[in-house]
Amino acid sequence: MIRNLIRAASVSLGLLALPANAEEPFIVVQSTTSTQNSGLFEHILPWFEAETGIDVRVVAVGTGQAIKNAVNGDGDVLLVHSKADEDRFVAEGWGVERFDVMYNDFVLVGPRTDPAGVKGGDDITGALTAIFDAEAPFASRGDDSGTHKAEIRFWADAGIDPTDASGTWYRETGSGMGATLNVAGGMGAYALTDRATWLTFGNRGDLEILVEGDPRLFNQYGVILVNSERHPGVRAAAGQRFIDWLIGPDGQSAIETYTLDGEQLFFPNAE
Amino acid sequence: MQGFASEFATATTLILTGDPELWSIVLLSMRVSVFAVLISAVIGMPIGAALAVARFPGRRATIVLMNALMGLPPVVVGLLVYLMLSRSGPLGVLELLYTPTAMIIAQVVLVTPIIAALTRQVVELLAEEYAEQLRSLGVSRLASVPVLLWDARLALVTALLAGFGRAIAEVGAVIIVGGNINHVTRVMTTTIALETSRGNLALALALGAILIGIAVAVNALVSALSLRAEQEGLRHA
Repeated sequence: MIRNLIRAASVSLGLLALPANAEEPFIVVQSTTSTQNSGLFEHILPWFEAETGIDVRVVAVGTGQAIKNAVNGDGDVLLVHSKADEDRFVAEGWGVERFDVMYNDFVLVGPRTDPAGVKGGDDITGALTAIFDAEAPFASRGDDSGTHKAEIRFWADAGIDPTDASGTWYRETGSGMGATLNVAGGMGAYALTDRATWLTFGNRGDLEILVEGDPRLFNQYGVILVNSERHPGVRAAAGQRFIDWLIGPDGQSAIETYTLDGEQLFFPNAE
Repeated sequence: MQGFASEFATATTLILTGDPELWSIVLLSMRVSVFAVLISAVIGMPIGAALAVARFPGRRATIVLMNALMGLPPVVVGLLVYLMLSRSGPLGVLELLYTPTAMIIAQVVLVTPIIAALTRQVVELLAEEYAEQLRSLGVSRLASVPVLLWDARLALVTALLAGFGRAIAEVGAVIIVGGNINHVTRVMTTTIALETSRGNLALALALGAILIGIAVAVNALVSALSLRAEQEGLRHA
């Protein structure tokens, strides 16, 4: 029995040995589910890591949560997509400066049967009005993410408050983009999504793109260094190096080369 | 859902051929949960045993509280540990957030009440059985704790397994305090959550199958070990 215990203990100690890369320099980037789910980081980060030896650790949550985590100091760099919130983050002193990084666009997806008859349109507020009139199921993120905030903006532009219908045709999942698309597919609902997540999403089922091309569907991503005057623990030098790379020629061309089935997912537009 | 079968087959091949990326995730899961269960045992077993034998005012209430803590929602534990370890929190200077250590801490909080409550139950039964003997030997209640724990060791293995089952299957706490960072804090359950959100349902399901496989293997191993120990015990008797 004792011998067995010792044997079991030594096996488990072997398992417990800490990972060897513990001392490597690293930064924590608070970012959004769309950049991770789309595989963008897996594509571009190896270049940066090879060039600088800095390990980039990405925490992917909704934009709202990413900003709150950064306010708490739990990240060195913030890369999200909700410009008004990003500007406020900097104005309140939590961030140093905001830079444009890249953009893509939002699309409205929905069931092939298209009960609200919005297919082929390029007017997002018109489509939302039609969905409202038809009381067709709509799956909202409902999680303060960048996509959720854009969706709220479009409803407001259409002069509709969908939350009055919360729990009936308007369904707030409170989840990430992919999880919300899973829900939309499952209940035959419409949903607003960024194009990158849609293109890489593997469980489309009966869903397809119904509305795209409205200039208002523009989706801009920005990057900000968390202010080390507020949080002295911030790895400012390494974080700044990452931002300089991302908005410089190397990072921008790395973003440009990321394609899926020949389609580019993000368009670099740093100045 | 098209190609689900072929996707599932691909995922299974990844697993069987020992894809290094996948196995590093499996190993990290094991490492975190085994560590968490060992620490929880060191904390929880003495507490449970002491509660079984000690008599003090408020004992019943403590036991009720401990039993209730077995049902702690992982998300709440994740949130509490996040608030402690955040750079804005009291332990922020330790820089433990988004590390495997943070995940171990969260799992210890989840698992300790389970091990303590189950230990209390097992030891209390044994203490009744031994009561007369211990009294005649003049052993005080608390001094009998080590003896009782040792004699109850086979039954206590079940408590450890229950704790391990909770730890390895849990996602709500580790995704908050670990951050699901690739190659750093990504474990099996958070990978399953990520792949589900990517719509890669077959891959997620295949990973779920490994998780169940691990649970079965660990339980089989432990039950074989305790069976052997039991037989040895019988031979000595």
